[in-house]
Amino acid sequence: MKINQFYSKKVLEHLRYPRNMGEIKNPDGVATVGNPVCGDIMRLYIKIEKKKGKEYIKDVKFQTLGCGAAIATSSIITTMVKDKPLSEAEKITNQAIAEALGGLPPVKMHCSLLAAKALQKAIANYRQKTKK
Amino acid sequence: MRRIYLDHAATTAVSAEVLKTMKPYFRKHFGNPSEPHQWGRESKVAIEQAREKAAVFLGAKTSEILFTSGATEAINLAHKGLVEVSYKEDSDKIPHIITSSIEHKAVIETCKHLERLKLAKITYLPVDKNGLVKTNDIKKVVKPETLLVSVMYVNNEMGAIQPIKEISKLIKKINLARFNSHLPPIYFHTDATQAIQYLDCRVAELGVDLLSLSGHKFYAPKGVGLLYFKKGISLIRQQDGGEQENHLRAGTENIPYIVGLGKALELITEDRQQTLRKINNLKEKLISGVLKIPEVKLVGGTEKKAPHIVSFLVKGVEGEAMMLLLSEKGIAASSGSACTSGLLEPSHVLLAMGYRPEEAHGSLRFSLGKDNTKEEIDDVIEALPRIIEKLRKMAPKL
Repeated sequence: MKINQFYSKKVLEHLRYPRNMGEIKNPDGVATVGNPVCGDIMRLYIKIEKKKGKEYIKDVKFQTLGCGAAIATSSIITTMVKDKPLSEAEKITNQAIAEALGGLPPVKMHCSLLAAKALQKAIANYRQKTKK
Repeated sequence: MRRIYLDHAATTAVSAEVLKTMKPYFRKHFGNPSEPHQWGRESKVAIEQAREKAAVFLGAKTSEILFTSGATEAINLAHKGLVEVSYKEDSDKIPHIITSSIEHKAVIETCKHLERLKLAKITYLPVDKNGLVKTNDIKKVVKPETLLVSVMYVNNEMGAIQPIKEISKLIKKINLARFNSHLPPIYFHTDATQAIQYLDCRVAELGVDLLSLSGHKFYAPKGVGLLYFKKGISLIRQQDGGEQENHLRAGTENIPYIVGLGKALELITEDRQQTLRKINNLKEKLISGVLKIPEVKLVGGTEKKAPHIVSFLVKGVEGEAMMLLLSEKGIAASSGSACTSGLLEPSHVLLAMGYRPEEAHGSLRFSLGKDNTKEEIDDVIEALPRIIEKLRKMAPKL
């Protein structure tokens, strides 16, 4: 029997040592998403760099108020997108985030959704800014 | 790594003495108490000795004690059993139950079950900001069909001691008037699970008609509890089968666990004053230490609180994250935050007390036990501020 109501080692490790936690001053894109049901609030900052006409995520940072899964999903997504082309980063699904954490308890899957949404919105924020 | 257990309201370890008393009943005295041979008799005697101990503890008669698998089963039997009897007596009347909005799920879900099947109407009493039921509110909602008032003795999430004696006095007064107008009496049940270890639980002093408890909150094993029901009260059993427990709870008795429960109750009487003093001191130390952290508040003040439960609300931090980081440091605590519930809803107790959901998310509960030490509390007071600081630093500024 799989005990899937508990967190994986990876989730706990990210909670203990969150990666890329903090703020980016003058970010190219930023988004705050929240889930009033659970009370989680995530903010994601991105810094974009253009290399040979291609956009890359040069830097990414997160700030999260929330449960273990909320913190771990926002931490891991930063490691998944850092130095990645924007076109690749925006394709990251919540399943991929959950998998990267060695799975999430079913009741916590919405946290991975939140993290994916934060990234998409931060990218959208960047696109909107560059349009002007 | 050191391990500091501060989640005694969730469960306790079986004490060495209790375990020692239980052991012979696994392999040596294993007989079925329903059998008349000496093996059966040995088991029967053991159950009746445990029943005697429980009766002494509660100041009750042995015939008023019914062993169950825990408080949840006792509560189900008390509520559903009384409702069924009420239908047997008057099949046209839908009985009414008054309970509080801060009961344990065992009571709330049992009431909801009866409500869903339209077998009973339920009134959930509000509580004040300290988490206390107001006795006068009961007066306002009593109806001729009221069958039962069910109010917990000590709340498991924040420790508020409910005015059980006051409520029972009121019910006695109401029952006197009902007697004169030929209405059946209202019964009074209390879930005393969190009170057993530290408060006076003699049923005559409390004035309750039914009382439920679970052994594993006071160093007996999980899976055993009892229902006290006053002589003269009829119940319809909820588990059908053999004639065990005076036809009220079928199934071969869990002898070693019943023996353990009896022993644990006996030990409470021996150790209570000493444990109480110690725990009160530890609790005060914990409260004053934790309240030094900025923007932390105690849930519901310090008055009328059980000695072993202390609940805090930490601003700007989510309870589960705190709990997990404490656990990483070898400290066991608990939280009523939405994220720990499995249902993603913040604690119904905190909401009933008037706290906003965003406040309730920062819930952190410690519950002390007889073996906790001053040094352990010192360690918690040292570890917690760092954890809170770390998590606050992680949160976005809004």
